[in-house]
Amino acid sequence: MGGPSQVIEARELRKRYGDFTAVDGIDFAIQAGECFGVLGPNGAGKTTTVKMIHCASPLTSGTLRVFGLDVGREPRRIKARIGVCSQEDNLDPDFSVLKNLTVFARYFGLPAPGALERARELLEFMGLWERRDDRIRDLSGGLKRRLVIARALINDPDLLILDEPTTGLDPQSRHQVWDRVRTLRRQGKTILLTTHYMDEAQTLCDRLVIMDRGRILVEGPPAELVRSRVGREVVEVWGYPPALLDHARLSGWNVEIDADRLFVYTESGEDILQAIAHRFPSERCTVRMAGLEDLFLKLTGRELRE
Amino acid sequence: MIGVLRNISPRALRVWQRNRDVYFVTWKTNLLPPLLEPILYLLAFGAGIGALVKEVPYRGGTIGYAAFIAPGLLATQVMFQAFFETTYNTFVRMYYQKTFDALVTTPLTLEDIMAGEMLWGASKGAIGCAVMMVAIGGFGLLDYPHALIIVPFSLLAGLFFAALGLCFTAVVPQIDAFNFPTFLFVMPMFLFSGTFFPLDVLPRWAQAIALALPLTHITNVMREAALGRLPADLAWDLLYLMVATVPLCLLGIRLMTRRLVK
Ligand SMILES: Nc1ncnc2c1ncn2[C@@H]1O[C@H](COP(=O)(O)OP(=O)(O)OP(=O)(O)O)[C@@H](O)[C@H]1O
Ligand SMILES: [Mg+2]
Repeated sequence: MGGPSQVIEARELRKRYGDFTAVDGIDFAIQAGECFGVLGPNGAGKTTTVKMIHCASPLTSGTLRVFGLDVGREPRRIKARIGVCSQEDNLDPDFSVLKNLTVFARYFGLPAPGALERARELLEFMGLWERRDDRIRDLSGGLKRRLVIARALINDPDLLILDEPTTGLDPQSRHQVWDRVRTLRRQGKTILLTTHYMDEAQTLCDRLVIMDRGRILVEGPPAELVRSRVGREVVEVWGYPPALLDHARLSGWNVEIDADRLFVYTESGEDILQAIAHRFPSERCTVRMAGLEDLFLKLTGRELRE
Repeated sequence: MIGVLRNISPRALRVWQRNRDVYFVTWKTNLLPPLLEPILYLLAFGAGIGALVKEVPYRGGTIGYAAFIAPGLLATQVMFQAFFETTYNTFVRMYYQKTFDALVTTPLTLEDIMAGEMLWGASKGAIGCAVMMVAIGGFGLLDYPHALIIVPFSLLAGLFFAALGLCFTAVVPQIDAFNFPTFLFVMPMFLFSGTFFPLDVLPRWAQAIALALPLTHITNVMREAALGRLPADLAWDLLYLMVATVPLCLLGIRLMTRRLVK
């Protein structure tokens, strides 16, 4: 247990704010070089977990080791090797884009000439070099996000934490960020990513957990989780009649409903489609591949949070 | 309190550097007020009131009114600069800009950050004081080289007010709540610390209160130094300040970490 390749190891990790339990005894481990995802609805406890990992928030109970070091005992040594892109933008509005990076480098004790070189590399990597002299308030949301990621890389961290890195970005910016994250992963960085986007988790993560109300519901590689928990395909029926729902339940199908759709999770969509067409010929049905979103909604329900 | 000390490292200076860099981005707007302010004061008070009050009784002798208030201006400058830095400005960094949230993801501890904030607040007080000395010196109201003592001394004075400010920042619910300490502590000190009139004119009980105010002791030291004297009794003023500043610094850091660690 806890070999050198284990970057994070959490056991019975718990965080309470007063009477409220935000993280409720979770266990997980992240291996060196993997991209590990944390999914969950608003308030699931993702950011709270992340803050405990980068030693900003003390644990209520349990153990948490990062690089084999205890977060309570060695925060400085741990933080020197982590880069954090936090959920909220906290760039320095008084400095230019470039200065944001060089000032940050000083906090890690990087000597000035090397820091400038590194800042330049990172701004080029994130496509921000042309904007190096801009003030922060003149940047769009997407550019700010990219700058926060660049800043998180200034110390060449062994562990990169990305807390909702693409929330609020347009599709182009998201793809660009994904592209950079993939490059980093190829370079062997260990990445911890939280997100609300299923496509993001599906394309980036080697392994993920889905959290809800402070607990981990499932853990595994995304494709495998979908396959084992949902099935291969989903049949969607729009504006289904109540009789169809009864029929589906009687037939022992794996079904879910929302306001106006009925979903059947199955290994063979074609068989279900035929069965429905046979008894309810007028219904509009489609078959598609099951995805992470199906798993997510199945596990966490369809009602709104917070 | 011992824990506070253990968590402070030389990295606190990185925070000081950050604040200094921000200050010098807009150095013109920052350095102009301390340069111009004393000129206005000396014109209004020195020439205006000074026309009525030519001489002020002071320590058994008399001195000119402008020479009397000039060190008072320096002392209040340090107070305002340092106190407003670690109240309003620190609050903006903490609450609106989330600067500290970014800083704690680096090897800095919260204690480093708060120590850096206070050192910067003290430095800002000293910078304001030094710039003001240039203007006041132009009126021939500073007796060098003794007056040079004012510069390092203003750093200690600034540290006191920076620490005091941080204590308030740690407890105010919102930024407008700084109005209370400003009107309850800072403004009365500005007026009643022997800055604009000698304390001897006050009734006994009021003099006793004034003697408890830190700004009284700061003004005292600065006035003597400005007049080119360093009498031995200034040691009491110094002692008072040091004894008050050290625990206040620790308290400020402690209260801020309590507010920020969740
Ligand atoms: N400082 C705090 N004091 C009290 N409660 C808090 C505090 N921080 C977070 N919480 C609560 O803990 C729960 C988990 O919050 P957290 O920020 O970890 O959620 P999250 O999964 O990151 O959600 P989101 O997707 O909205 O970012 C929420 O209900 C939140 O209100
Ligand atoms: Mg969050």
